[in-house]
Amino acid sequence: MIEIENVRKSFGALEVLKGIDLTVAKGEVLTVIGGSGSGKSTLLTCINGLEPINSGRIKVDGTEVHAKSTDLNKLRQKIGIVFQQWNAFPHLTVLENVMLAPRKALGMTKAQAEEVAVKQLTHVGLAEKLSVYPTRMSGGQQQRMAIARALAMSPTYMLFDEVTSALDPMLVGEVLDTLRLLASEGMTMICVTHEMKFAREVSDRVAFFHQGVMAEIAPPDRLFGAPQHLETQKFLAATH
Amino acid sequence: MFDTALTMNDLIFLAKGAGITLIVTAIAVFFGTILGVIFGVFRFQVGPIWAAPLTFVLDVFRSIPLLIQLVLANAFVTTVLGWRVTGFSWNVTGFVVACGVLSLYTAAYCSEIVRGGVEAVPPNLRRAARSLGLSWGQEMTSVTAPMAVRVALPSWIGLSLGVMKDSSLVFIIGVVELLRSTQVLITRLQEPLFLLMVCGAFYFLISFPIARFGGYLERRWTYD
Ligand SMILES: Nc1ncnc2c1ncn2[C@@H]1O[C@H](COP(=O)(O)OP(=O)(O)OP(=O)(O)O)[C@@H](O)[C@H]1O
Ligand SMILES: [Mg+2]
Repeated sequence: MIEIENVRKSFGALEVLKGIDLTVAKGEVLTVIGGSGSGKSTLLTCINGLEPINSGRIKVDGTEVHAKSTDLNKLRQKIGIVFQQWNAFPHLTVLENVMLAPRKALGMTKAQAEEVAVKQLTHVGLAEKLSVYPTRMSGGQQQRMAIARALAMSPTYMLFDEVTSALDPMLVGEVLDTLRLLASEGMTMICVTHEMKFAREVSDRVAFFHQGVMAEIAPPDRLFGAPQHLETQKFLAATH
Repeated sequence: MFDTALTMNDLIFLAKGAGITLIVTAIAVFFGTILGVIFGVFRFQVGPIWAAPLTFVLDVFRSIPLLIQLVLANAFVTTVLGWRVTGFSWNVTGFVVACGVLSLYTAAYCSEIVRGGVEAVPPNLRRAARSLGLSWGQEMTSVTAPMAVRVALPSWIGLSLGVMKDSSLVFIIGVVELLRSTQVLITRLQEPLFLLMVCGAFYFLISFPIARFGGYLERRWTYD
């Protein structure tokens, strides 16, 4: 379970998160929508401790992320995150990209890591690309590799930050299919997305962020069908 | 021109000089690189403000001509510390001072190269590696280092070759390396052009493999 309690976060004088309260249960798929600069990405990077917070609390399975005593390296093993830019390690092959963290962070042997990596790459449909360097692949393939790389750590939670935004329209579908597959397998996910159709389809709940505040959160039918908040209505009208 | 008074013994004498050049260079590049990596990563990690004192010291080593550094360091060691050792008929103190000064000189340049290499690694890649659960050190060695090395390699090879040529200056504190050996022979045989050609050939013999090896690594490491 991810528990976010009254989290505030500023970059200098700019308050980006203004008291966020949110709980994500195991197995839940939460999508986060909202305008540019509303703090969606910042929230994700706070959840895995890449960014410090100014006040409030984030707990993952009861462990407080920003407590001094927390071993962030260990905690991050169970929180996979995939960014808009896929961030493939260009000096490693696809297989090596995926094997790296299991070997280094989990201490797996080469054979074990390879087994895990092959399994995850097959899962996202890249079984043919094992020995290819990432720069030789399309954006969609690299993004799926990044997903496999995160999955290879057997995370309990997956955070996706606009993973299709930097892709050619042609390639969006294959990555969304991968996310749908994960959702159907019961993975706990927080997906920041601009793909409204996808959000409507896979989410258990949809959260709408506006200027650092979570203005509204509801099941997709309600949020898209009968949005309560004026800003949600405006946002949905603008994106449709 | 090929009617020369150069004997086999003279050639051996030159080869010994070349050996000293090679050893001084190897030691300076070895320690200079280790120090350069430490200094460079430190400067990158703490940022320009906290690194300012170190940066200043390294800038001093980079801007004062090597010749002056060698003479001053040698004077300091021999007169202030009173450390003057000779053995096996060569100048141990001079050799140690030469290696020390050249190492720091190399480190000053190398730290700049290392910092540039590390800065060239996209921060997003480092974040991605950390969010997979890699520690700072694991990320540094398995993502940042391999990528930074690729960026820094050509400059580093250039630095090594430069240090080899600059090492000829250590004659000023009485270390007889390749160029000094050549001068000794020139004085005796009075065949400056021929001897300088031989000397140049020795330098080439040492540099060429290093340069080629660098080129080989560069080709091997281009992202496929
Ligand atoms: N590292 C940073 N330093 C300073 N300001 C930042 C930093 N990261 C984000 N911000 C600012 O914080 C605000 C929220 O950014 P964030 O990336 O969380 O928005 P977002 O909702 O993800 O937007 P988008 O849809 O454009 O990705 C923006 O105004 C952004 O400029
Ligand atoms: Mg964002």
